[in-house]
Amino acid sequence: MYDFEYRRPITLTAAEESFSKEFEPRWLGGGHTLIPSLKQRLLAPGTLIDVRFIPELQGIACDQGYVRVGAASRHAEVAASGQVAEFIPALAQLVRGIGDAQVRNMGTLGGSLANADPAADYPAAVLACKAVLHTQYRQIAADDFFKGMFETALQPGEILTRVDFQIPSRAGYIKFPNPASGYVMVGAFVACFEAEVRVAINGAGPCVFRWQEAEQALVSEFSIDRLEGLTLPVANLNADLHASADYRAALAPVLLRRAVEQAMSRG
Amino acid sequence: MPVINLKINGQEVTRKVESRRLLVQLLRDELQLTGTHVGCDTSQCGCCTVHLDGAPVKSCTVLAVMADGCSVTTIEGVSAPAASGELVLHPVQEAFRSCHALQCGFCTPGMVMRAIDICKQHPNADEATIRHELDGNLCRCTGYLNIVQAIKVAAQVTPETGAALESQGN
Repeated sequence: MYDFEYRRPITLTAAEESFSKEFEPRWLGGGHTLIPSLKQRLLAPGTLIDVRFIPELQGIACDQGYVRVGAASRHAEVAASGQVAEFIPALAQLVRGIGDAQVRNMGTLGGSLANADPAADYPAAVLACKAVLHTQYRQIAADDFFKGMFETALQPGEILTRVDFQIPSRAGYIKFPNPASGYVMVGAFVACFEAEVRVAINGAGPCVFRWQEAEQALVSEFSIDRLEGLTLPVANLNADLHASADYRAALAPVLLRRAVEQAMSRG
Repeated sequence: MPVINLKINGQEVTRKVESRRLLVQLLRDELQLTGTHVGCDTSQCGCCTVHLDGAPVKSCTVLAVMADGCSVTTIEGVSAPAASGELVLHPVQEAFRSCHALQCGFCTPGMVMRAIDICKQHPNADEATIRHELDGNLCRCTGYLNIVQAIKVAAQVTPETGAALESQGN
């Protein structure tokens, strides 16, 4: 990889200052997407600013109906959190399935979301759980965050500090993983709230999206019977060497049924 | 060029490194700790697994500068010198030996580093758990059977009873 400068700010202010004055800066979290990209020379930033030690990005807490996760939280920390397991077990289970154990010891929530890989797990939970994403400047609703393939609402220099997941009454997540990488080929996260059901589909399209037809089917009665005959339109779904668009469209309702069953089994 | 300070296998180390230097390069090329291997260089195979502040990570995907101020344990650091001057194998290493859990040995350091953590987090782990937890470590020789068996055995004992592994291993 090409060489660069490395900075490790220990306050949010110092991080912003670094970003504004350093040459071609990029935020660095766990580095498990960024460093492989640098090794392949797909990117050549001038400065990497390591955000893992900034206090505002740390911690997992739960109050007022939300599980609040610091953006620098490593997947291993979220997967092991008693609070996440208690209040949103589907989220804990999702995070346990990201990559592998070594990757989970480095990868961060903020890094995953800011990258917005269509095959990532976290975006499905964020979208289904009506998450509020906090940056140093503002709050962004989950519905407004994911814009396209590897594209989010984040502005240059904007850094995710915390993500607040609203606690559903019940939820389930099932993914059909690529057998080699574990990345999502198609995944479904279903979450029930008082007046609505949210269904987020990841892996299938250029970015995570809500399957509104499925949401409407499930809000009247939360059962797999309501999904009978439901199909996902093939248009705009991803087609690559792992799966055709047709195959992804076929997988989605199957996985959603299993996610609903999983949510129901959690009472 | 940054200067980093870290603890490697219990020893304080200070080095000047380029920011782009990988942790695995620091360990192998700078410090001649060549037990840690580079298999795929694409974060998949796990041959490069070391412990960073006690947690197994893929050192081919960690910059040396990211480990500044941290403690690193490599495969060279898991056995202990006995009074006689011989090395006492870690119970996981002993289990790998007695269960014949290696052939060419290339993946073995990474497997052992991962396995030590599996045994710590999942005492008395069953086969399904072990196989799932080994997702990040690939082996081309063994078909994993004896690796899983070694970890099953090692997960049942504490370091104090490491000697008992000899009779249980086969």
